[in-house]
Amino acid sequence: MRILIYMWEGIRIAYDALRSYKMRSILTTLGIVIGVTTVITIVALIQGLNGAFSKEISSIGTDTVYIQKFPWVMKEDDWLKYRNRPNLTLEESNKIRSASRLAIAVAPQINTARTVKYGEKAVERVIITGTTADYLYTSNANPEYGRFFSENDVNSNRRVCVLGYEVAEKLFGQSDPLGKRIIIGGRKFRVIGVLDKKGSFFGWNMDILAIIPIGAFKSAFGAQRRSIEIEVKLNSPDQIEEAEYELTGLMRHIRKLTPGKENNFAINKQSMLLDTYNQLTGTLWAVAIGVGAISLLVGGIGIMNILLVSVTERTREIGVRKALGARKSDILWQFLIEAMMICALGVLIGIALAVGIAKLVAATTPVPAAITWWVAILGLFFVVAIGLFFGIYPASKAARLNPIEALRYE
Amino acid sequence: MLIKLDKIEKVYEVGTVQVAALRGINLNVDKNEYLAIMGPSGSGKSTLMNIIGCLDTPSGGDYLLNQHNVSTMDDDELAGIRNREIGFVFQTFNLLPRATALHNVELPMIYNGTPAAMRRKMAEEALEKVGLADRMHHKPNELSGGQRQRVAIARALVNRPSIILADEPTGNLDSRTGDEIMEIFEDLHEQGNTIILVTHEEYIAEHSNRIVRLRDGLIERDESIH
Repeated sequence: MRILIYMWEGIRIAYDALRSYKMRSILTTLGIVIGVTTVITIVALIQGLNGAFSKEISSIGTDTVYIQKFPWVMKEDDWLKYRNRPNLTLEESNKIRSASRLAIAVAPQINTARTVKYGEKAVERVIITGTTADYLYTSNANPEYGRFFSENDVNSNRRVCVLGYEVAEKLFGQSDPLGKRIIIGGRKFRVIGVLDKKGSFFGWNMDILAIIPIGAFKSAFGAQRRSIEIEVKLNSPDQIEEAEYELTGLMRHIRKLTPGKENNFAINKQSMLLDTYNQLTGTLWAVAIGVGAISLLVGGIGIMNILLVSVTERTREIGVRKALGARKSDILWQFLIEAMMICALGVLIGIALAVGIAKLVAATTPVPAAITWWVAILGLFFVVAIGLFFGIYPASKAARLNPIEALRYE
Repeated sequence: MLIKLDKIEKVYEVGTVQVAALRGINLNVDKNEYLAIMGPSGSGKSTLMNIIGCLDTPSGGDYLLNQHNVSTMDDDELAGIRNREIGFVFQTFNLLPRATALHNVELPMIYNGTPAAMRRKMAEEALEKVGLADRMHHKPNELSGGQRQRVAIARALVNRPSIILADEPTGNLDSRTGDEIMEIFEDLHEQGNTIILVTHEEYIAEHSNRIVRLRDGLIERDESIH
């Protein structure tokens, strides 16, 4: 009960003091405001990016690995080093498919961009993917309408195609595309299925797509100088490491690499992108923590400074309070509470600014930045603790004042 | 016996020199006395007042206030004693400038943990007693000098202390307002309060019943009047 009374008096005194010196209080709290705004905004950005990134990356399955010429994540001149690697071939894909114990589907893939036409209508720069029937499983490409091509279609090099949602919509509108003959890069193909809407992947529209059997692709567009990629689907994400090991072994065997020779292929998986992403956001975190720490330190020193001024100015008030029965701890807490309230004020202003910035970012950029409230609340406690720390010196100076001298102070 | 001062000494160190402000003061004050302490500047009058008011402790001798031995208390115990036993009235009023009259009067009760509702009620009563019922929500700068000193008196009274200790209470007031303030002290004395007045004005001291005159740190004369 007594404690509550002292606390309340402390808050009341601090409130009066802050109100009497509005400008000074706001300037004092500026360091805190900048720190809090920076940290909370960066955290909001990171969280926003996380959301966006995990949405994007979810279209790469965690149970799929990709055998490719280049790794997804390369350092500056890695490309020069890797470009002389042999291209991956359909034959290698077939060997993997028959030898792999862990793979439940193996789809070779080869891509190009061509114009797709139907009558007068045309869609430019459509991604044309040549693949096998296994693509249905590796890429989860179950058509919404019609069917995917069968092994039979692939083996007999039939000129059939499965269209991406947007291509079908642009070419056929409301009319039925199934069975229609379209022109892909000058060759005729029959439409046998339409995929459902996939959305975009890192800005790339995955609905502007046409999938054809890999043999038909080769004969139509050639495949000599292109490297294929091999998409391998596993039973479960837990097998990724084991599969990486198995596939590396198989590839080395297929390519007859002697021990000691480096792999001349890359095995890619979703977690590589995640790792890179985490490195990037790790840097952002470091910036947030660095800027936050420095401005909070500066802010804390500012608060200590202003409290020292305040103690001098209110020497007489402290004397009066002591004469009326205030103990050392009462005076100590009075100033500590004031310090904490300045900090809390700074945090609240900082949060308000950060909310504004996050809204602005969300409205003007694709990053869905949003304030995470636990960060704001954690920030409040942390900064108030800083106020407590930097308030201790001025507050104990006030608490130790001799009442007689304080009362005589002019 | 409310106050019993026994061979009180106070020595200050000014640099390397020791200055004796009080050199063995013996003084007893009973409940409901109205006492004035007089003396020229340098006589030790302020030092004595600080010791009686428990703002300072003596270098030697014993001070018993209401059966408490004050001479041996630490800072926080002294704060507690001041809060319960002493009501200060200062020459310069010493009100908190940003607080209302009511809050100023509540202040001593904040430091003994009186609940808010009780505090407010007692502060209002104290302000009514000094005739400021209609000025409770004014801040000091909205009050005249006399009104400010009344607020200070209400503040001194509100905890029902053993002693009201007034240091030159009329020093910053014109003589007519000063007389009004002295009337309040007389009323308080009649109601049973013990009052100690520190002044260098003869006509102010004459309001009291007993004048103690100091010179060079010793009691020069201690006489009852009226």
